[in-house]
Amino acid sequence: MSGLANALRRHPELMVAAVLVIAVLAIGTINPVFWQPSNLFSLLRASVITGILALAVLLVMLSGGIDVSFPAFAIAAMYLTVKAMIAWQFDGVLLPFLMASSIGLALGLVNAVFVHYLRMIPLIVTLGTGTAVRGFILGVVGTSQINIDQMPPLLIAFARGEFFSVTQADGSQAGLSSMVLVYAGLAIAVHLILRHTMLGRGIYALGGGEEAARRVGFNTRRITFVIYGLAGALAGFAGLLHGAMIWTANPRDMVGLELDVIAAVVLGGASIFGGRGTVIGTMLGVLTLVVITNSLIILGVDTTWQRVVVGAIVIAATAVTAWRDRKRIA
Amino acid sequence: MSTLLQRLRGSDTNLLQLVILTVLIFAGMAALNPERFLRPYVFESITFIAPELGLLAIAMMVAMLTGGIDLSVIGIANLSCILAGLFFHSVGAPRGPELVNMPLPLVLAGIGIALATGVIAGAINGLLVAKMRVTPILATIGTGQIFTGICLVLTGGPAVVGFPAIWGQFGNGTVFGIAAPLVVFVVVAGLVWFVLSRTAFGINLTLIGTNPRAAVFAGLRTQRTVFLSYVMTGALASVAGILLSGRTNAAKSDYGVSYLLQAVLIAVLAGTNPAGGRGSVPGIALALVALMLLSSGLQIMRFSNFLVDLIWGGFLLLSIALAALRMRSR
Amino acid sequence: MTAPLIELRHLGKSFGAVHALKDVSLTIGRGEIHCLAGENGSGKSTLIKVISGVNQPDRGEILIDGEKIENMSPRQAIARGVQVIYQDFSLFPNLSVAENLALSTELQAGKKLVSWRRVRQIAEEATRKLGVALELDALVETLPTAGKQLVAIARALMSDPRLLIMDEPTTALTGREVEALFRVVRDIQSRGIAVLFVSHKMREMLEISERITVIRSGEVVASGDIGDFDEARITRAMTGQELASEGYRWEGDPTAPALLDVQGLTVPGQLDDITFALKPGEIVGVSGLLGSGRTELALALFGMKRGYAGEIRLSGRPLRLDGVQAAIAEGIAYVPEDRLTEGLFLAATIDRNMLATSHDRLSRFGVMQNGQAARESEEMIREMAIATPTGNRPVTQLSGGNAQRVVIGRWLMNDPKLLILNGPTVGVDVGSKAGIHRKIRELARARGLGVLMISDDLPELVDNCNRILVLHRGRLVAELEAEATSEADLSTRLGALQ
Repeated sequence: MSGLANALRRHPELMVAAVLVIAVLAIGTINPVFWQPSNLFSLLRASVITGILALAVLLVMLSGGIDVSFPAFAIAAMYLTVKAMIAWQFDGVLLPFLMASSIGLALGLVNAVFVHYLRMIPLIVTLGTGTAVRGFILGVVGTSQINIDQMPPLLIAFARGEFFSVTQADGSQAGLSSMVLVYAGLAIAVHLILRHTMLGRGIYALGGGEEAARRVGFNTRRITFVIYGLAGALAGFAGLLHGAMIWTANPRDMVGLELDVIAAVVLGGASIFGGRGTVIGTMLGVLTLVVITNSLIILGVDTTWQRVVVGAIVIAATAVTAWRDRKRIA
Repeated sequence: MSTLLQRLRGSDTNLLQLVILTVLIFAGMAALNPERFLRPYVFESITFIAPELGLLAIAMMVAMLTGGIDLSVIGIANLSCILAGLFFHSVGAPRGPELVNMPLPLVLAGIGIALATGVIAGAINGLLVAKMRVTPILATIGTGQIFTGICLVLTGGPAVVGFPAIWGQFGNGTVFGIAAPLVVFVVVAGLVWFVLSRTAFGINLTLIGTNPRAAVFAGLRTQRTVFLSYVMTGALASVAGILLSGRTNAAKSDYGVSYLLQAVLIAVLAGTNPAGGRGSVPGIALALVALMLLSSGLQIMRFSNFLVDLIWGGFLLLSIALAALRMRSR
Repeated sequence: MTAPLIELRHLGKSFGAVHALKDVSLTIGRGEIHCLAGENGSGKSTLIKVISGVNQPDRGEILIDGEKIENMSPRQAIARGVQVIYQDFSLFPNLSVAENLALSTELQAGKKLVSWRRVRQIAEEATRKLGVALELDALVETLPTAGKQLVAIARALMSDPRLLIMDEPTTALTGREVEALFRVVRDIQSRGIAVLFVSHKMREMLEISERITVIRSGEVVASGDIGDFDEARITRAMTGQELASEGYRWEGDPTAPALLDVQGLTVPGQLDDITFALKPGEIVGVSGLLGSGRTELALALFGMKRGYAGEIRLSGRPLRLDGVQAAIAEGIAYVPEDRLTEGLFLAATIDRNMLATSHDRLSRFGVMQNGQAARESEEMIREMAIATPTGNRPVTQLSGGNAQRVVIGRWLMNDPKLLILNGPTVGVDVGSKAGIHRKIRELARARGLGVLMISDDLPELVDNCNRILVLHRGRLVAELEAEATSEADLSTRLGALQ
């Protein structure tokens, strides 16, 4: 076994960190506009939603599953919550986010029931729940977009908050969104759960071997429910935050986003076979993906290339992971 | 006679259940709206729309036979007909009689381009899965992005509108009063059924899906066979693309996106084991008929497309639950 | 006199119509190394599950410290000091050694949070208890099998067991690693912990155990002090087979050119300069301890060791065996070691299994000739005397012996010149075993097939082969005429290799 494969196995985030550094240096050299604080801040802001969703996908992948239902859950949580706020004429921040997370949690538990009790491949389960939930929102709840004039003002105000700003060379102000802090807080929370609780270690153990986890005494059913429940709650939270950040609640939003998020998580070194992956790697993966795809314009590349770039990143990352894990599977 | 009984009792109980399901759906829809459902037009329109989906479902089943999946089928289908469409527009004219009345040899060349696209795209998937051992889910998510991305790059987003009349015949013409797409479907499905059940390749493919390790010890060419199965999947997807673009007289990067779930659903409902080793073309045909009856019935009852999506997703989950119960009772 | 640690009285356990345990009584004293011997399918695994509380017996009693225990659960069994180390070790490959060692202790203590300092302390304590050094930060998947086993043992010792059950612990170990394992086991014993060794490897049982119980078809067929047993007696008890003394006489022409001629076959780290020849109709046995290179020799001849050096000739023609297909094309057939995972397609029919290697041959322009295929399969079912009315049945309905006949028959359809059998009768019941042996000899004699038979079962080799090769650490160390060799000789010879 080569030393590089081993190093990658122990520290999956090494690869993505290297890719990120190379990407940043290359883009920054080609077009120095990249280094402007406003650009850097907007990249960080752009990674918030993808990042929170990636944390959800990381949890599922660590247990050896895959989830494609989360964009639908996020949209369902966002749209239902905003609709409810308008209907009840309620404005606020904390309760709506609680509601959105709860909706996501409930939907996530549905996934867990199918995965745990019916022993079905998570991809197919989540394909089903995702489509059904999206169909429910658009077919039963409504198809109309809720625009800025109807959106609850406090929610918008919350998402507009900036905690740091600098004066750029041309005298304009560039501010960093406070939502970056929200994302960081959630990431730290997930990291602490994974690293420092028995539950978190149980998630890794489940990904390492379900039968072995059961024999050691882990409650695999509870762990599965926590994984999918937490992933759903994170998706619900991200959905509402997304709506607040773009000032609209569009039930047709986030279509196809699952591919970007999965790409980011895989790029961050997580293995689809479970048991391997870290929060820091995932965050780096998200940042790398956001930096590359959002820099196409300043690189003078047509944005229609974005899909191709994301696809190429997925394939490159999985090919490296397959090479790393080849010994183990063979 | 005894073998027939055995087949009914044995692996084909699933077929029997599908027949019952189809009859039940038919009876249910007929009872709910006798005057609108029991009209020739309803069934005729099914014979035009169902084939493209049926081919995608067969493609999905072929990938699932070895425990894989192909999430790039929609991308392959769209790319195939976009390339053919662009070919027609460049050799003929972007529009007008010169395009519509394009002579047969050129149309055949276009069909060749579409099929070659499917074969090459499938070969890329096969290379990634069989030779580089990338997990099928991630490999085909990645290539699907790239194929869709190339569509976007080539068209810039809008649809390629206008195909030669002969090409259109495949999508909406008739042969002796029977829908041409149905004829194509029956011929292609028959061919796949023959290949899977009567040729050494097909039988070996199923054996590899049953136990890849034993297949190696039995001297089966596992890599080559799996590779070819993805080529076949790609070719089937491109035929579906030809039918889709022929019917709608257009090709676009995001056509048929909802077909992905439906193809998976039909494959699973047809008794295909996503873990490999089991799947049949007659099952796909029956599941296709059942679900097309269901969705036309729902549309007649003025269910929106979104609600139909909800029901498709729910049906997928239901079929998973039923499959799980069947396994348990065994 | 104090009560024994654990006493099983007339245990019985059935799964549907299958009587896995019929009547098993067994007593294990404190600090005793006890061996439970039996072939695959004899009921060993069920017995382990009953002792560890995973399965409840239908009849009989379990007494621990003289106290009768009703409806013992796994948790109760652990509380009473019973720990099982499964064959697959049940470790987490993706986690560090330290974490693997500490997780169960922390779980038992009902901890909710992980303190990495405590994990480290627990792991250090565990390795201290075992008395071996383990690299605590290494990921378990990077350890060799023996290392994984030590982690599993260290983990089991953390709960202060009084009885450690080890299921086939030597299966994947090399001779030297087995030695190291035995030192650890003796050390465990010296602390008053009893060890129940579950194995079908006789030599190792003789070396380590104090007492032995042999079960066959769910019943105890022999038990007593190890001193009263020798390898032959254990084998006879396990298989129920009296030694057939006829042996296999090769009546071919000694001056005939060799069918298989292997010169200096070397696979780095696995095989070292192996040279031997085999004439048509010969049945040559291959014996050796685990890790001796016996399976590797078979795989090299079957084209699965691409990087080999040396020359392999078949019927005088030099071969380049760089793939399974190349080997098959030359007429080499291989019946693998593990029938269930390597030999059979369990979800398929008998016919499909039988024809697995013949589909290409039986097709014209890629299309299967179904009529011919069915005829050939039916013929082979008859020739191999497989007990089934039709080849259309699932292969899972066959007994071990009949299933093995399918795997052998599969190769005979290709008319091979050389048949390599790895453990041809593992998990096959006695009656069926003799039938398979008869068939193999008949094939060698009548068809002039060369047979290479790898086996752990010494009587099987002595009875069926005309020559026996002994491998050790990848080298060919002896070549014996079977006629002049008794099972006891072979056993002593192998014992000396340790």
